[in-house]
Amino acid sequence: MTSDSVTSDALTSKTVTSRPAVDRQRRRLLTAAGVSVSISIGLGLSAIVRAADAVPETLAAAVNTYAGGATVTAGKVVFDIAGLVDNGNTVPITVTVDSPMTVASHVTAIAVFNERNPQRDVARFTLGPRAGRAKVSTRIRLATSQKLVAVARMNDGTFWSQSVDVIVTLAACIEGD
Amino acid sequence: MTRALINAPAAARGGDVIEIRTLITHPMETGFRPGADGKTLPRNIIRRFTCQYNGEIVFTAELFSAVAANPFLSFHTVASKSGVILCTWEGDNGFSQSESVNITVVG
Repeated sequence: MTSDSVTSDALTSKTVTSRPAVDRQRRRLLTAAGVSVSISIGLGLSAIVRAADAVPETLAAAVNTYAGGATVTAGKVVFDIAGLVDNGNTVPITVTVDSPMTVASHVTAIAVFNERNPQRDVARFTLGPRAGRAKVSTRIRLATSQKLVAVARMNDGTFWSQSVDVIVTLAACIEGD
Repeated sequence: MTRALINAPAAARGGDVIEIRTLITHPMETGFRPGADGKTLPRNIIRRFTCQYNGEIVFTAELFSAVAANPFLSFHTVASKSGVILCTWEGDNGFSQSESVNITVVG
């Protein structure tokens, strides 16, 4: 914008005596064009920002629904997944929760959520003091590079979580997209 | 009947934490994928997994479309008494299959 106006000013100083009316019009057009360009860029950017924001909201909403509105604190959960996934069709995951797994203090449930698959839910597990160790493994699908969250519910009603970001090189459901 | 596997130690000492690993052959059709005719293939997944140790439920899993084909699950339990570990998979189109292994607990 600045360089444009400098150029138009330089032109004005040269041509002001010869073609003042044409130049005024030209300057108006330039200004109008500049404004419309900046508006369209602004709209485009805000649209992108809004689209990017909308997705994590649904992930947060899924976690919030699962927690029943309770606060979900980061910690105690170890979500083990490869940071760089070669094949999104089968991705091994392991969720381990730091808990003594006694009757007094144990994990009652573990859930895994994703950000950009067609559905937020991945899997939900229920366990109890009988489990002895709060460690669950499975294999999942990932449609694209995204964020995943593992949430654990303790018997005292608290919720703990860990989020991980993964990059997927070969996506699952590639035919669908 | 599809093939289902349960991998658990045949013998353990009382109070030991044992790992149980299960695998079942199942397409886990997501319900989001188009078929050869371009129409979306109907969902066909295993929705629920239950593991009972001598009749007591020790672990359950609720599975969604994001679980990979041929679902693998690994979890832990405490070997309390000799008996039967029974696993049940249930899903769409009335799918239901059970498989069991015996465990001997000494000490």
